[in-house]
Amino acid sequence: MTQSRAGVMPSYNEQIVRMFTIASMFWGVVGFLVGVVIAFQLAFPALNLGLEWTSFGRLRPLHTSAVIFAFGGNVLLGTSLFVVQRTCRTALFGGPLMAEFLFWGYQLFIVLAASGYVLGITGGTEYSEPEWYTDLWLTLVWVVYLLIFLGTLMKRKEPHIYVANWFYLAFIVTVAMLHIGRNLSMPVSFLGTKSYSLFAGVQDAMLQWWYGHNAVGFFLTAGFLGIMYYFVPKQANRPVYSYRLSIVHFWSLIFLYIWAGPHHLHYTSLPDWTQSLGMVFSIMLWMPSWGGMINGLMTLSGAWDKLRTDPVLRFLVTSIGFYGMSTFEGPVMSIKAVNSLSHYTDWTIGHVHSGALGWVAFVSFGAMYYMVPVLWKRERLYSSRLVEWHFWIATFGIVLYIVSMWISGIMQGLMWRAYDSLGFLQYSFVETVAAMHPYYVVRGFGGVLFLIGALIMTYNLIRTMRGDVRQERSIGSTVAVAQA
Amino acid sequence: MAEVERDLATGVQTTGHEWDGIKELNNPLPRWWLLVFYACVIYGLAYTVFYPAWPSLSGYTKGVLGYNSHADYYTEVAGAAEAKKQFTDRIAAIGVAEIAQDPQLLEFSLAGGQAVFNENCAQCHGVGGQGQRFYPVLADDNWIWGGKLADIEQTVRHGIRHQDDPDTRQAQMLRFGADEILDKAQVTDVTEYVVGLSGGDADAVAAERGAKVFAENCAACHGAGGAGNQELGAPSLVNKIWQFTGDRASFAAQINSPRHGVMPAWQGRLSDDLIKMVTVYVHSLGGGQ
Repeated sequence: MTQSRAGVMPSYNEQIVRMFTIASMFWGVVGFLVGVVIAFQLAFPALNLGLEWTSFGRLRPLHTSAVIFAFGGNVLLGTSLFVVQRTCRTALFGGPLMAEFLFWGYQLFIVLAASGYVLGITGGTEYSEPEWYTDLWLTLVWVVYLLIFLGTLMKRKEPHIYVANWFYLAFIVTVAMLHIGRNLSMPVSFLGTKSYSLFAGVQDAMLQWWYGHNAVGFFLTAGFLGIMYYFVPKQANRPVYSYRLSIVHFWSLIFLYIWAGPHHLHYTSLPDWTQSLGMVFSIMLWMPSWGGMINGLMTLSGAWDKLRTDPVLRFLVTSIGFYGMSTFEGPVMSIKAVNSLSHYTDWTIGHVHSGALGWVAFVSFGAMYYMVPVLWKRERLYSSRLVEWHFWIATFGIVLYIVSMWISGIMQGLMWRAYDSLGFLQYSFVETVAAMHPYYVVRGFGGVLFLIGALIMTYNLIRTMRGDVRQERSIGSTVAVAQA
Repeated sequence: MAEVERDLATGVQTTGHEWDGIKELNNPLPRWWLLVFYACVIYGLAYTVFYPAWPSLSGYTKGVLGYNSHADYYTEVAGAAEAKKQFTDRIAAIGVAEIAQDPQLLEFSLAGGQAVFNENCAQCHGVGGQGQRFYPVLADDNWIWGGKLADIEQTVRHGIRHQDDPDTRQAQMLRFGADEILDKAQVTDVTEYVVGLSGGDADAVAAERGAKVFAENCAACHGAGGAGNQELGAPSLVNKIWQFTGDRASFAAQINSPRHGVMPAWQGRLSDDLIKMVTVYVHSLGGGQ
């Protein structure tokens, strides 16, 4: 591990990765903070403050975009540029200027999108809220990203393309397609912010969930699998478990994921045949998703003992566990009979967050803890003990979040469908809202813990960047002494 | 061929590739993984035989079960309506007073009325008619527009100050202060009188002056002594139940430039039988007269 870290080739563009890492830390804290705020707004509506700019409706897309596109996006861009250079043994295509354009262009996209939400400028469709001018700008930035990544792959000094890069490339190409497809729209005026989608009615709904589901599939799954395929073997210092599995699960995942979107529209005016296909493709997707989990977890065979002493590896392995859990829960929820209970309830929110907090954020944390000492040329992290604290606090926060949303969501679904013997609905909507209140409070505290964990990480990473090393007993040292 | 490299920890062959120190083992696909994958694919394909699934240029495969979610929905709704028909037909034919006399219809109406109330009324009046700030309690015997079955039905059907319904409950308190019907001193005096009516700590001298103002200006609607008049929707002022806030400043503000409650008309939005059922339900909440 230390050996490969030491063998850094000077020609790699590491400055750009350092910038993306700092941006990830910043946007992560912002996104989690806004998440905590809106969680408590749902429990205590007075926290909307009676102002349009701070109302839930505007802060919610701010939260989702900040965590997915700002935090997740910066992590993906940063790690992909880190990984592609090292696994191709060549510097970035296009030189530092193109990379800098990508960095600042992407940050500008985030600021344009976020400021629009707060001011009430929105396309109104989930996860693709930015209006046409922001969409156009992102398209340009994304093409530059594709050029840099593809160009680097083309001039690689290795005979083969590493599996992490397949996933990154699938993520970049598919997100481009999704972004352009979803945002085909006509601006109302040249200088105005408003635009209307090219599609209407159920076709627009279908297009939306083709986009929305594959944003999860290719942004939050394929991209982060790329992260997993590099950082888990590096941190564990073990070979990837199975080359064949990586090929089969890559292609099956890529092929099946794109058709699963209609499961977001069960029991709507979407035609039955489309709903059926959405469901069966989701079920067939279960094992392709788990192929990544198996390959990640089994990479630790022969190195499981490292989990006891390496909290960074613990982040990575736990993230794979959450990935496995979410990618099982997803196909279950896509089954129409289950969906009729779970749809529109908090269960969905819990499901999304077990994936977002447990998988996406944890694998990102693991990658950042790995990258920062490498990028800033430090011996080790400032403190492994603080990583340990971060791990447990954040894990406990996730458990509070998921469990409260499971209970709240299933209760909500059952209350909605409760009938008496005469066929009348048993509960009013306000009764379901009142019943969910305690779980909303618990969820909020789960979010607070997750935010505290991220602040600990930020502190730890900044101290590491500055070259500080905390004097502390290494984790598991007593065990090591006893064995010796 | 180059010699095969083996991983020391597991003894498994590697593929011979290496990137930045990362190697790959040449493990086969896990058998259970492959079998479950096949099973899911077979299940998925079988499902498409039974249910509507594959599109073509002119339509889609209907599936051997003939499933159709919209048809299912209409069948279920029709079935539910059919099951209730024996009650709803009779409810449609008779008035609310008669419904309340029939034990069977009463039970049905209370259950159905509660569902209607929960869905449409509880947002303002609270679950069980417990009321909340600005929205009257429906579970006590203090009524603004009357608590008899016929009164409640009238209110539900036509609403209160609902602009689009000519039969709506209509009453307008005058802007006594703002329109200078009363001068400032008179407003202060009559406020003191109203404070005293419900047992508040009023300035006796001002209240005595206010009593005269009240008799000349307010009693026409609120009744002599402030007992209220349900015909005119003029609330009683002698108890401590207030739709808006029950303090001196609010009374003065109300006399100066009054606020009025509104309620939508439900006729046209709810069917006739549902209106009757929710009327019977509200009447049963505790305050029905």
